[in-house]
Amino acid sequence: MSFPSILTIARIPKIRKKLLKPLQGVLAVIACLSLWSCDSRSSVEVATDKGILIMGNSSEPKGLDPHVVSGVLENNIIRSLFEGLVIEHHSKNGEYLPGVAETVERDENSTVWTFHLRKEARWSDGHPLTSEDFMFSFERILTPSLASDYSFMLYYIKGAEDFHKGKTTDFSQVGVSAPDPHTLVVKLLGPLPFLPEITKHYTWFPVPKHIVLKHGKIGEPFTDWTKPENLVCNGSFKLKSWQINDHIEVERNPEYWDARNVGINGIRFLPINNSYTETRMFASNQLHITYRVPPEMIAYSGEHYPKNLRTEPWIGTYFIRCNVDAKAFTDKRVRKAFSMTIDQKSIIDNVTLGKQLPATGLVPAFGDYPASTPVSFDPETAKKLLAEAGYPNGEGLPDIEFLTTDQDSAKALAEALQAMWLEHLGVTVKIRQLEWTTYLDTMFKQEYDLAAGGWIGDYLDPLTFLDMWIEGGGNNRTGWSNEQFEALLDKVQQTGDQATRYRLLKEAEDLFLEERPVLPIYWYTRNYLISEDVRGWNPLILDNHPYKFLKLKAAN
Amino acid sequence: MLRFITNRLLQGIIVLIALYTITFFLIKAMPGDPFTGEKNIAEETKQLMREKYGLNESVFHQYFLYLKNVFTEASLGISTSKAHSVNEMIGQSFPVSCILGLTALSFAIGLGVPIGVASAVRKNSWVDYSGMALAMIGICVPAFTVGPLLQIMLSMKIPLFNVAGWETPRDIILPAITLGLVTTAYIARLTRSGMLEILSQDYIRTAHAKGLPVSRVVCKHALRGGLLPAVAYIGPAFAALISGSFIVETIFQVPGMGQHFVNATKARDPFLLQGVVLFFGLLIVIMNLAADILTGFLNPRVRLGQE
Repeated sequence: MSFPSILTIARIPKIRKKLLKPLQGVLAVIACLSLWSCDSRSSVEVATDKGILIMGNSSEPKGLDPHVVSGVLENNIIRSLFEGLVIEHHSKNGEYLPGVAETVERDENSTVWTFHLRKEARWSDGHPLTSEDFMFSFERILTPSLASDYSFMLYYIKGAEDFHKGKTTDFSQVGVSAPDPHTLVVKLLGPLPFLPEITKHYTWFPVPKHIVLKHGKIGEPFTDWTKPENLVCNGSFKLKSWQINDHIEVERNPEYWDARNVGINGIRFLPINNSYTETRMFASNQLHITYRVPPEMIAYSGEHYPKNLRTEPWIGTYFIRCNVDAKAFTDKRVRKAFSMTIDQKSIIDNVTLGKQLPATGLVPAFGDYPASTPVSFDPETAKKLLAEAGYPNGEGLPDIEFLTTDQDSAKALAEALQAMWLEHLGVTVKIRQLEWTTYLDTMFKQEYDLAAGGWIGDYLDPLTFLDMWIEGGGNNRTGWSNEQFEALLDKVQQTGDQATRYRLLKEAEDLFLEERPVLPIYWYTRNYLISEDVRGWNPLILDNHPYKFLKLKAAN
Repeated sequence: MLRFITNRLLQGIIVLIALYTITFFLIKAMPGDPFTGEKNIAEETKQLMREKYGLNESVFHQYFLYLKNVFTEASLGISTSKAHSVNEMIGQSFPVSCILGLTALSFAIGLGVPIGVASAVRKNSWVDYSGMALAMIGICVPAFTVGPLLQIMLSMKIPLFNVAGWETPRDIILPAITLGLVTTAYIARLTRSGMLEILSQDYIRTAHAKGLPVSRVVCKHALRGGLLPAVAYIGPAFAALISGSFIVETIFQVPGMGQHFVNATKARDPFLLQGVVLFFGLLIVIMNLAADILTGFLNPRVRLGQE
């Protein structure tokens, strides 16, 4: 439809007849298109045939350098391109399978670890992968100028923190060594029985020394080495194409040591920001796996796609930070009163809708770690506590503001909480919604009374939820600290016995909950849709699915 | 004519400088900085990042440094939120927006002008009423309603199109309709009012009196003048259409320019934001100039008045 139709329609005496003409054109076009679509198969059918997995991945990644980025969606892509010393087990939480390291040895108190790297390990350009690459990678992520916001994941290594903070510039002071090209020795600060669990994290992944140095210096972030034409990796896949905001596609890496056991030929990651669009794309067979399902569409999806909707626990906690330096919340009785008047179940059933679990403690239940239970809904006790703190029925409490983000879901949750506090405590809390970056900035500056927040575990150990609350911790931001709590965490670092560790960690968690600087609300779940064509995708609490074990086969 | 164009060009340059200055200082005034992330990072680390991007220099220095890079290296800077240069990001997304915008515009003109002309010629008839009602709907119903409705009707209920994505030429159609709807409506209304004014002129009556057929009067005599308001509108509308729309792009998963505006603002990405704003400004200036020249061509009084 373009200019000629103006002329046809403008021949006035026969306008009524002529008016129909463009309409006929439109109908003809639609008819053609429908014919065109009838004989073409859906994207998923084609992709399954080709062995390519299509995954929704929420947004455009910040980059593909494992040492520079820090998000879930970046992790999803990086995990296909790079491989660490060990990899995630495809169905068992907290277990590992060999990666670049063929075998792992440790000394009796889990402080010195020796990784024996496989001799056939290669980079995707055919260059051998040696312990030298790992040494280079550790040095790189700890180099201050790289400005990695996740370097603390390596602080368990002796001397790593000092090197990263610039107290020494001599990397030989850091407890890693490479006695030969296929052996890597890591000396830790103290016993850490679950080190392999931590090495699954992308901060511990190797980067190709010969390529990184070709495109820049060791401590230079965002150089061209991650560009599609330059990127060299060691995982089961390698980068095929990258169109900003459109897709990233990875393909089989023939140099990968276990290439013949990789079950699929490639993965296409789509940065779909709009979760409603994503769900609709799944419904019309454009995707194998969605990144999420928006809360309002969970019930609908369960009804229409019962075989495809999955709801699985995810290791994360949603909570509210209390600013303990704000006048209202200096007293832990007030914090507890606010916590006890949050009806977690009602929030899950009516607001978040994703079958989340009520957070009875800070650390979500997993494996052998028993969940704490002190957090509960008890408005009567809450009223008493508030009265004891000197604010009977909320009288005399200073104005309280609840800081949250500008998302609709955040607003709905804030309003539900506001109503609960008003009903049970008689306190009117004001809601302050801020745009994401401003919200972060305000929260980091501790300019709030109550602030919405959350934390996703980086590895499978309670420590990832507890060690952030130490004094001056970068993500603490509540102003709260406690010597006894920190002493307990110190003790944890000195023992290699898992049972003792868990006992001490539990003690620390209970102390933390007794003080209640944060009000836990729910433990995350992951709600997503998955095609029946995808085989071997098992629930994993960290959601770090190793792609090499997947298989694609048409379901019918 | 030449003086007219030079004049407009000079005005355009002034507009661009003003635009750069205003956005530059607005960006500086935003709370938070490009390196504020979900995980809090150390102040020293942030300082290193600022140094890398030259954000540690004085504001005055930064203001001229960016201009210098734009003129000497034609570089709009490196995005602080994504690992790409701004040139590369615009280079990849602008062609997409351009194709989408052009399709949307041809849809808007192809549908809007005939509706407008028909409404004017058959003033106060059912043709006029239904045409204008359609235009009103086009203006009132927002893209975030039209888009999902089209997806549900034409992709899920009747599987004619993909819900979203940007792979086959067919994927252009739904976002183009959604994007072009408002423009269609405006063009229809502007064409109608333009035509109405012209149709009541003496020379049209003369043409009728000469015994010319109505189609000839409308096409040959009226249309040229009647389209003027719509043409003046199409210039900037075209620039707006091809610079992308955040809403249409996110609904239909189109890798266009519109997302950069919103994402850059959210991420406090100074160079990306500055880059897309300047690029958009340049487009507007060029399109306005083109519209002015076209108006001059259609209406001699405009260019004569200038000389």
